[in-house]
Amino acid sequence: MSASPPRLALRGITKVYPSVVANDGVALDVLPGEIHAVLGENGAGKSTLMKIIYGVVKPDAGTIRWEGSPVQIASPARARRLGIGMVFQHFSLFETLTVAENIALALDARRAGGDLGQRIRDVSAHYGLPLDPDRHVHTMSVGERQRVEIARCLLQDPRLLIMDEPTSVLTPQAVEKLFATLRTLADEGCSILYISHKLDEIRALCQKATVLRAGRVTGTCDPREESAASLARMMIGGDLPHPRRSAPKAGAERLVVDRLTLPADDPFGTSLHAISLAVRAGEIVGIAGVSGNGQKELMAALSGERPVADAGAVRLDGRPVGSLDAAGRRALGLAFVPEERLGRGAVPDMSLAENVLLTAHRQSMVRGGFVRSEAVRAFAEQTIAAFGVKAAGAHAAARSLSGGNLQKFVVGREIRQRPRVLIAAQPTWGVDVGAAAHIRQALIDLREDGVAVLVVSEELDELFEICDRLAVIAQGRLSEAKDIAECGADEIGQLMAGSFIAPGAHPHRHFSPAGALGLDPPPEAEAREP
Amino acid sequence: MRLRLEARPEPSRVAGWLAPLIAAAATLVVGFVLFSALGKDPVQAFRAFFLKPVADLYGVSELLLKASPLMLIATGLAAGYRANVWNIGAEGQLLVGAIAGGGLALAFHDADSPLLLPAMIAAGALGGMAWAAIPAFLRTRFNANEILVSLMLVYVATHLLSWLVHGPWRDPEGFNFPQSKLFHAAATYAPLLEGTRLNGGLLVALGVVALGYLFMQKSLAGFQMRVAGLAPAAANYAGISSRRTVWLGLLGGGACAGIAGVQEAAGPVGQLLPSLSPGYGFAAIIVAFVGRLHPLGIVLASLLMSLLYLGGESAQLNLALPSAVTGLFQGTLLFFLLAADVLVHYRLRVARPAGSPAPVARAA
Repeated sequence: MSASPPRLALRGITKVYPSVVANDGVALDVLPGEIHAVLGENGAGKSTLMKIIYGVVKPDAGTIRWEGSPVQIASPARARRLGIGMVFQHFSLFETLTVAENIALALDARRAGGDLGQRIRDVSAHYGLPLDPDRHVHTMSVGERQRVEIARCLLQDPRLLIMDEPTSVLTPQAVEKLFATLRTLADEGCSILYISHKLDEIRALCQKATVLRAGRVTGTCDPREESAASLARMMIGGDLPHPRRSAPKAGAERLVVDRLTLPADDPFGTSLHAISLAVRAGEIVGIAGVSGNGQKELMAALSGERPVADAGAVRLDGRPVGSLDAAGRRALGLAFVPEERLGRGAVPDMSLAENVLLTAHRQSMVRGGFVRSEAVRAFAEQTIAAFGVKAAGAHAAARSLSGGNLQKFVVGREIRQRPRVLIAAQPTWGVDVGAAAHIRQALIDLREDGVAVLVVSEELDELFEICDRLAVIAQGRLSEAKDIAECGADEIGQLMAGSFIAPGAHPHRHFSPAGALGLDPPPEAEAREP
Repeated sequence: MRLRLEARPEPSRVAGWLAPLIAAAATLVVGFVLFSALGKDPVQAFRAFFLKPVADLYGVSELLLKASPLMLIATGLAAGYRANVWNIGAEGQLLVGAIAGGGLALAFHDADSPLLLPAMIAAGALGGMAWAAIPAFLRTRFNANEILVSLMLVYVATHLLSWLVHGPWRDPEGFNFPQSKLFHAAATYAPLLEGTRLNGGLLVALGVVALGYLFMQKSLAGFQMRVAGLAPAAANYAGISSRRTVWLGLLGGGACAGIAGVQEAAGPVGQLLPSLSPGYGFAAIIVAFVGRLHPLGIVLASLLMSLLYLGGESAQLNLALPSAVTGLFQGTLLFFLLAADVLVHYRLRVARPAGSPAPVARAA
């Protein structure tokens, strides 16, 4: 093995974009059968590097050697012919087609022919990814859809498989299954490039890691021999700040949800059943749960994006606000960080300054109906500086920012409005460790200032780190919020599987095309042992 | 070698200025070929199109006269288009505005009040708004497509006007022609310049454009309408009402078109006729887009459109060009203008064919 050349060897890969050097002399060796992690913060250049390997982006300089011989990877088709497969973070499946049809579309004519259905069954069974080729994609959970994407790559006999943050949409159980599959693949000689910022996963799975920071390689290591802290240090070039927080001193109830019941507004959504919750000034309440159990619907009902008929079901400072829209609730001191930053939390084609105006215009940015553009720009620039947003400036279009940077901007915009109540859905989703720590500290600082904070997250570690009390949402029902000191991880896991729901109250379940957005619970969640 | 379009990270300002020049150059090339093929001297043709119509003061006054309703209507439409409210029925709103304002003029035919003309303008705005309120109501209440509803209402308005001037409002001394009585002086615009038809309607139009500029570029409400057009989920997230957006967009467009209708009736025409508008309501859609939905761009685009109207007539008269050819030439220019605007958001890249040598590796 050691005598054979690396499967993929990159030298001096450089890619310069108008405003940023994405890759600067990157070197990378991937051996046959190796599971190789590429680690880095958002904007460190991981995605650009993967796109270069997969032929989507052309490097400005540098050489690529494939199994010892220099190659030009001009297109994804060329990459696939070499034997490179890639599973993207965002799936590209047609929901109205079957698994086999979706896979046939991606294969060349030579491979798509014959008994494709049988081959899908064989390959997927071999790698522990059971798939029914005749099933329609819209009936599948997010985890199952990812299997389709992986099976599609495997049918092309890849010798290098690139996985871009594959676990961000999976439950812990599904992650374990995925790792088993990847290990089988690696044992058969397929190399795997694994992109992630989840350090624990990398330590569990990968034999080698290349760390990128600001487009440069800052080190390679064996992640099994490193601690999460030492890996994080390589990624961010310093120590992770630990959140500082004082003892709880919760005050009056600011946000009260009182037996909120809401039928699903689309046939694939989750209905909410008698949800009750109170968030007091000066505390952070967390809502844990597997995605698709009603988080989306609850957030829309609390933010005012979907007003509810019973005005008293949602109260702000004692005032019934259920029938108000989002603007009406914001006027009363509510701020909200939504799960989708692009298209919902921010307008992609507008500048950051204009995106400030979207929700922060009550911060004396409007006089007599007219916009005071200097005040808007100042707010945007201060937000960019205070939250370390990497952007060309207040004039940069929201869509020009990386996901994590835009998240920082949206969180900063909401926090800097000095709300009385802040609701945040997945506040650190897709954000690198350094920025995530910063956002968590900002949430804690709000709490110290006496703001009532409600956080919905799928990352239990995060909730345990910042919350005073924790509740769990499952099947559209919310468990009673408990003091964080009284919550054990096991107990929360059982609640997430719905252990608190009375027998007989089990609602009708739908399969969902909305699952592609991570909205419906993967079946694995239900298979969890109580 | 292959050309491909690549999205720019930000819209280019340079390309924004360059695009109309590129379009003009492309039009000249096509026009040169077109006129040469027809055996006409292209230089003469261009002169007839672009210079003859504005060679004298009267020509310039006609240019401004025809540009007024276009800029007026296009400004109203642009406010809606930015919010993805697609009002295609400005022509109908124009006619109903003219009916409302003209009806007032006929009802107070003998009045000699200086308030009559302002009252007619107000009535015209209300008439246009009422006509636009139909698609707005059907859209917000039943989610009916406003493109179809507003367009179909154009034909209803056309027949409504036709019925009125054939029937109840026909001038009894008009030799049975389908037209109303001529409006009296108090119900018409006086010429701004002696010997021309240019009137105060231009000032009203410019005033509305200025208001439109303030609304679209400077006001919070205008900003929120743009958000509604660009990202409906973000609008909902910020609590921007989609109903209000639809109503504002359609009523704004209807009011502007209605005023334009009154100004045609009270200006160059002086009465109600079935052929009151030469299609200003439809041409304004093109003006709005050639002007990039920006009020200043719309002023320039309306002048260009007006010049094309006059130039087409002049070319038919001076060079005996068939009207189909002048229409083709006009269409060519508008086509290139809209097509060249792609360069504002995209850039042309020469794609290297697969397998060609890559740049030399740079020392890391």
